[in-house]
Amino acid sequence: MTAVLSVRGLTRRFTPDRPPVLEGLSFALQAGEYVAIMGESGVGKSTLLNLIAGLDRPEEGSIELDGRELTRLDDDALTLERRRSMGFVFQAFHVLPYLSVARNVALPLELLGWPAAEREARVNAMLAEVGLADSAARLPRELSGGELQRVAIARALAHRPRLLLADEPTGNLDPGTAAQVLRLLKTQVAAQGGAGILITHSRAAAATADRAFMLDGHSLTPLAVAG
Amino acid sequence: MSGFARARVAFTVLAAQLQDRPERLLVTIGAIALGIALSVSVTLVNASAADEFGRASRALTGSADLVIDGGRGGFDEALYPSVARRPEVTVASPVLETELALAAGGTLMVLGVDPFLAGRLEPAIYGDLASHFTGLLGARAIVLSAAAATTLNVGRGGTLRVRLGREERLLEVIDVLPSSAYPRPLGVMDLGSAQWTLLRLGRLSRLELRLAPGVDPARFGASLALPAGALIARGTDLEGRGASLRRAYYANLDMLALVALLTGGFLVFATQALSTLRRRAQFALLRALGVTRAEVTLAVVLEGALVGLAGGILGTALGWVIAREALARFGGDLGAGYAAGPGTPLAAPATTLVAFVALGVLVSALSSWLPARRVAALAPARALKGGDPEFALATSSGGRRGAGLLIAGGAIAFAPPLGGLPLAGYLSIALLLFGAVLLVPSFARLVLAHLPTRVGPIGRLALAQLQGTVAESAVSLAAIVVSFSLMVSMAIMVHSFRDSFERWLGGVLPADVYLRVAPGSDTVLLSDADGRDIAAIPGVERAELRRVLPVLLAPDRPAVALIARRLDAVSVDRLPLLERASATPADLPAVYVSEAVHDLYRVGIGSRLTLPVGGQGRAVVVAGIWRDYARSSGTILIEQGTYRAWSHDVASTDAALWLKSGASAALVGAELTRRLKLGASLELIETSDLKARSLTAFDRAFTITYLLEAIAVAIGLAGVGFAFASTALARRAEFGVLRHLGCSARQLKRLLAGEGALVGALGALYGLLVGGLLSLVLVYVVNRQSFHWSLDFVVPVGQLLLVALALVLAAATTARLAARGVLGTSAVRAAREDW
Repeated sequence: MTAVLSVRGLTRRFTPDRPPVLEGLSFALQAGEYVAIMGESGVGKSTLLNLIAGLDRPEEGSIELDGRELTRLDDDALTLERRRSMGFVFQAFHVLPYLSVARNVALPLELLGWPAAEREARVNAMLAEVGLADSAARLPRELSGGELQRVAIARALAHRPRLLLADEPTGNLDPGTAAQVLRLLKTQVAAQGGAGILITHSRAAAATADRAFMLDGHSLTPLAVAG
Repeated sequence: MSGFARARVAFTVLAAQLQDRPERLLVTIGAIALGIALSVSVTLVNASAADEFGRASRALTGSADLVIDGGRGGFDEALYPSVARRPEVTVASPVLETELALAAGGTLMVLGVDPFLAGRLEPAIYGDLASHFTGLLGARAIVLSAAAATTLNVGRGGTLRVRLGREERLLEVIDVLPSSAYPRPLGVMDLGSAQWTLLRLGRLSRLELRLAPGVDPARFGASLALPAGALIARGTDLEGRGASLRRAYYANLDMLALVALLTGGFLVFATQALSTLRRRAQFALLRALGVTRAEVTLAVVLEGALVGLAGGILGTALGWVIAREALARFGGDLGAGYAAGPGTPLAAPATTLVAFVALGVLVSALSSWLPARRVAALAPARALKGGDPEFALATSSGGRRGAGLLIAGGAIAFAPPLGGLPLAGYLSIALLLFGAVLLVPSFARLVLAHLPTRVGPIGRLALAQLQGTVAESAVSLAAIVVSFSLMVSMAIMVHSFRDSFERWLGGVLPADVYLRVAPGSDTVLLSDADGRDIAAIPGVERAELRRVLPVLLAPDRPAVALIARRLDAVSVDRLPLLERASATPADLPAVYVSEAVHDLYRVGIGSRLTLPVGGQGRAVVVAGIWRDYARSSGTILIEQGTYRAWSHDVASTDAALWLKSGASAALVGAELTRRLKLGASLELIETSDLKARSLTAFDRAFTITYLLEAIAVAIGLAGVGFAFASTALARRAEFGVLRHLGCSARQLKRLLAGEGALVGALGALYGLLVGGLLSLVLVYVVNRQSFHWSLDFVVPVGQLLLVALALVLAAATTARLAARGVLGTSAVRAAREDW
């Protein structure tokens, strides 16, 4: 089975006189796999996401996405990789306030140049998947926090990315809403056939993933929380 | 803790944020300073010119209770003893005023006075002359003012070569007055010597009277039997004559300075509004901590006032420097020809300077108060969550208020002038402008809703961003709309003026060559024999002589130019007539008056006028109204034969020459110079040169307008740049998300440039519409009431479209440059921060 994401010997050091945040980190994700990564503050969780997304450069190591080496790509090529192959969900939702719900979800498809008819069909399908079929024309300010995060998930998965990166997606939500969002994330990643990484502080959130790991800078240690 | 103390604490919290972004603070202070500097400089130049002119007028006739004024034509001196003997009169000082032609070219105002009598009325200027009594009695003795001595480069004991008809004579400079005595070029002679030497025997220009205590000047004036052409005037009337000539020019300059100030004010408003919007969470926090709405508002207003104080002080100092340099280099009229030349001393009263600093504080505090009031009114819970407050500009009542102001502005434009100034016109412009600004959000929504969406994802995103943030965009649009619409209106007005002027020149200059002798002088004229000589010169097909002389029709207005010339049917047809009588009474000679005479003296077609000609009042009827751009104080055309029959004056001041086919203008000119023997007093100019020179003078007079317009637009663009820089900072997280979604940095730059271009295009489009509206008021109200001449409304379409395009490009570039700091990798990480 080919790994969707393969990380080997990843090292990132911000200042020469201090120990690296990540050092020789290696792991792989298979298609359909949805994992949670936990860790204390400052351990390098966000650094890892930035490196995978191509928003930061490692000192050493390689990152392969579907066999393509990302660390050797220039900024334009990395941008294209993000546009085609990755989806992001943030703690603060970051739904563009001046676009309707449908336009927010359609944004990645517009950037990829999907024809209008296909785009509309896909947006409607995604909104139905996340339970917001009736909210297409609404503006973000009319939505609750949980609804906003569901819009963000629909947007992150609309273009069928190979890799979903979710950084504390339930950090701003109440426990009930958080549970709904986490279930949605897992089912959507499975439905798309890609892979997903959930960064979280919450053991309950981590438990919704297929596997959970503790990041300590050098390695990912399996945790017995996943369900 | 008192409310003010809490407001002070709130202020220190807000001020700490401003210190965190000093560049924002500097741009805001700079905008206020620039607006204030322009206003201060124009006001000080104006005040200095008025001060110099006022001092000159007051020095000449300041302490006279009453003046019997005959203008330059004057009256018979027989009036003097009859008035001087009246018991009500304690001092009667006779004066002969003459514009003396200088041999080297140009003229010098010379006053012939009785030094003893004049010294009793105006001791500052004539006080010392009594001590030169013996010397001054010499027929050729003259005393010069310090300004005249400097200009003519002659001192005490020197000689002055002057021209009297075809002869040159030498006058002896027996003394130079101290510079404090009189600020402008002037020569003073003994009255008898002046009458004799300057060939004005038996004539006086005016009688300056001091009346006995208790005598009512008005009643006494009414009791005098005056000859035709002599009017009763007060000192203030004489001062007002010169002022009315300059007033309109300066009113227009003031208008331009106001443009800069208004634009600066809107920039401050935009800055404060956006800054307040971004800090709404901090305001909400202060509210949550127990600071009241009024205290929050006070803190923001205090912050604005301090920024205004800094801008006001800086701008006032800068304006003072600009005014001093402008006066030293160009003079009190900035080169337009309404006042004395370079070297006008700067008059800068402390009260004016303080008033401008206060204006800076007021504009800035007011600009802060409006947005502060809106934010303070917001529920703290909503603001803490980063709610979406709407500003005053975006309220639903804003549209209704805007429409109301537009209607009021349109209606008030029809009001007559006040005190000779188009104040209602300016008020109309202000109302229209503010109304238009309040309608900016409605206009932006309307246009944005109708723009095509087939523009690619980045274009659609830019469009959606602007559609979703009309309230914020409207604030930054306001600055650009104000500056651009005022620029457009001025450009249309100036273009209409230039176009009308150029066509007018083509109509009023039908001859090939024009000849003038010592323009403006009283001592060099062409005789009838000269006229015959000119006509007989080989190459000259026809010569038409004209006599131009000033006549006073009202004591408080400058003299009207009476032009006696041939007025046959063909000549009248060539006049730029705006109205013409179908028939006139056979028993009265017909005259053709300029629009200024029509406006200032309220005469129309068929009106009867009494003109002082040949010492008598002569009745004439107005047969036509014509356009005269040469004289804003008025012109009356009269048939030469009628004038000569009434006045027995057959002299001429200038001539139009039609040359035979193939004749050389240069050869004709050389022959004229040889035969007339008038030296530097003879001015010959070909029509094409005269037109070119006139247009050059026109353009020079309006150079300052273009400069001020450019500065106003630059301030507006600075506003756009600042608004974009601020907005871009606030949108860092949004840019970060877009980068995560796969937008390249290049695409983000295109997005911002697109948004900038859209804002620029909206501003340009709206500015063109509003500017077009304002230009109607400028052309048909302000210009007409200021200068008393009409213009044809002509829009410089190509020029405006080019400027609009430049504005769009500049806005796009400014927006892109302003946001360059937030598009880097750090911005990408901003998506991980909260909004």
